[in-house]
Amino acid sequence: MKIRKNIAVSDTGFVFDPSTGESFTVNETGQEILNLLKEGKSYDEIATAITTRYDIDRSGFEKYYQDFIEMLNHYHLIDYEG
Amino acid sequence: MEKKTFEPPVIKKLNAGMPSKFGMTPHIEAIPEIEGHKVEELLKDHGSPLYILSENTLRSTYRQAYQAFSTRYPKVQFAWSYKTNYLAAVCNVFHQEGAWAEVVSGFEYHKALKNGVLPQYIIFNGPAKSYEDLKTATENGSLIHIDHFDELYMLMEVAEETGKKPLVAIRVNMDTGIYPQWDRFGFNYDNGEAWEAINRIMLSEKMELAGLHTHIGTYIMTTQAYRVAASKLADLAVSTERKYGHVIRYIDVGGGFASKNTLKGAYVPGTDTAPSFDDYADAITGALINSAIKPEHLPLLILETGRAMIDDAGYLLGTVIANKRLASGRRALITNVGVNLLFTSFWYEHQIHPAEKVSQHTEDTTIYGPLCMNIDVLRAAVDFPLLKKGDHFVIKRIGAYNMTQWLQFIEYRPNVVMIDTQGTPHIIRRREDLDYMTRQEELPGHLKNFEL
Ligand SMILES: Cc1ncc(COP(=O)(O)O)c(C=O)c1O
Repeated sequence: MKIRKNIAVSDTGFVFDPSTGESFTVNETGQEILNLLKEGKSYDEIATAITTRYDIDRSGFEKYYQDFIEMLNHYHLIDYEG
Repeated sequence: MEKKTFEPPVIKKLNAGMPSKFGMTPHIEAIPEIEGHKVEELLKDHGSPLYILSENTLRSTYRQAYQAFSTRYPKVQFAWSYKTNYLAAVCNVFHQEGAWAEVVSGFEYHKALKNGVLPQYIIFNGPAKSYEDLKTATENGSLIHIDHFDELYMLMEVAEETGKKPLVAIRVNMDTGIYPQWDRFGFNYDNGEAWEAINRIMLSEKMELAGLHTHIGTYIMTTQAYRVAASKLADLAVSTERKYGHVIRYIDVGGGFASKNTLKGAYVPGTDTAPSFDDYADAITGALINSAIKPEHLPLLILETGRAMIDDAGYLLGTVIANKRLASGRRALITNVGVNLLFTSFWYEHQIHPAEKVSQHTEDTTIYGPLCMNIDVLRAAVDFPLLKKGDHFVIKRIGAYNMTQWLQFIEYRPNVVMIDTQGTPHIIRRREDLDYMTRQEELPGHLKNFEL
């Protein structure tokens, strides 16, 4: 699973989808996950990255991650073709 | 390396040029401590959820209210409206400040006596006093506020049986320009019914008409309504003195001042719209002073202020149980505080604050309680910070009505703690337990045993 290629993520937490013209904001953890996804990282790699830097364990993180992915899906930001 | 606090990741669509109904979303500040005590520690010591009352705020609010009236009018008396919060510790803070008791049932009447209030300082309101209630209040010399003609006649019987003259006032309802008009309680002014009740009392000579009372409604946002109410009661006092040479000793304008909570559906927060005690005092005392009542007969002014006196002193602390994504995409927060503990969430959009510091990121959220019912909603739609399981929160301004209208439903009612003026917390009502819950039950013998 990947973020659509043309999606732009700024350093200040703004996300722009050029195909629809829609803009979004993400918080710090959201931004990190988005960038890791753009780099093509797997769930395992993302979970390791986040849980080493933040005060959360893997099982706690998984649920919030799934929820975040659902939101990305909802906004059509995910590219399933790969 | 110390780890950073984790905030659930969130993405939110920006709607350029389409501000929400409230314009810019105000940042929701964290409330990490109450009167010098960490929220986290209060919850660790006393359990979650938890009610907190600030004795400081109770006293300072009372003093503000008293000062607003006493600087404008020579004789002022507050009476604590028991139904608003009748925990003994709360009542006694107000009694120490000088408030009488205002009660509306036999239970509340006896609670006031048990708290140590002398019977002559108890005002007995309410539409459903029993014959026994009236008899006790008459024998004790309490102030009985008559609600309807049936009660008036019952009180005449009590007077005959006891050989004592009940000290009474009549409750008056009236058009004060506010809608809806509360015409359910008392005798109507505008159609002459109140005057008729006064005549019956005066002509019967079985009772002593001490005062006149009204309670025009609750959360009244216009002070003009009080000006009208006080003027109409003053007119009745003047007519009574003119016709019978009888001086009305007190005028009681009831409760009803708005607290700073925001009503559901209001566009502007209550902190911006609620009149101050000074505003109310101006209207009420102005009407009495400018009335045709003779200066030497100015009556004692009684106030039964409830919610505006105590809302600010109360906090409800709780814990997030779960996060959910609703089918609509909206975020849902399940908490351990439901409408069972926050009855006033049916009228107010309560301010809910995270206890720990949060980022400025928010999401459109519905906040639910723990009950298995659809109506268990604390906030239907609020732009709320991203709390996670186990996080704590503080609900502000919940001192009025919640600790009396709470529902014993599914869960035990939690501890209530008062933080005294020195900063020391005291449990003033213990968490319920199975023993408390079953104490009143009787199990018939044939239902004691079963086999499964
Ligand atoms: C007779 C009477 N007095 C005082 C009050 C207190 O009212 P509030 O909380 O609106 O000040 C009430 C509340 O219903 C009442 O019925």
